[in-house]
Amino acid sequence: MHKSPALRRYNATVLGLSLAYMGTLFGVVALFRSHPPTGPLAYLLAVLPALPLLGVFLAWGRYLRDEPDEYIRTMNVRQTLIATVFMLCATTIWGFLESFGLAPHVPAYSAGVLWFAGLMLGGCLNIAAVRAGTV
Amino acid sequence: MKNRLKVLRAERDWSQGDLADRLDVSRQSVNAIETGRYDPSLPLAFRIAELFGLAIEDIFTSPSAPV
Repeated sequence: MHKSPALRRYNATVLGLSLAYMGTLFGVVALFRSHPPTGPLAYLLAVLPALPLLGVFLAWGRYLRDEPDEYIRTMNVRQTLIATVFMLCATTIWGFLESFGLAPHVPAYSAGVLWFAGLMLGGCLNIAAVRAGTV
Repeated sequence: MKNRLKVLRAERDWSQGDLADRLDVSRQSVNAIETGRYDPSLPLAFRIAELFGLAIEDIFTSPSAPV
């Protein structure tokens, strides 16, 4: 398994950001339940759990930029495109279902969750494509 | 793109991993190039050619070359 310094740095960054995400999410949820903040502070606190997730998106972008192996980079870009197409298709379909009252409302941050699911799907499709000898 | 990488590697008794180490790329890259699933960039093609002491066209067959 190819593990460049760029990939090791990405993995370490994601681990740290995941811990930060869990910490801020639990903290902010607990705060909003016990002492709901108001005004600009409420907005600031509500956005806090999103910041580590933005960090993961940026870390992935940095990894794609820094990965020295061009073939691995190509496969990862392919994986990213699959994830993006998957997320865009799912959110577009869900949006219309929701507009016609056929599906419940889901929070907008679900798009990020779908994108991460799409990355896993892209990884699986990459493996299948390599085995099929197409990439 | 067709190439002679596997033959050149075998002549030197190198594994895919050996060649990958010499080129500073992953073994997956060597496998993908060798089997024609991936066309290397020009800089990587030059590195491969320089490693074997050959010209690029002595290793890779031009897709537009007459059969």
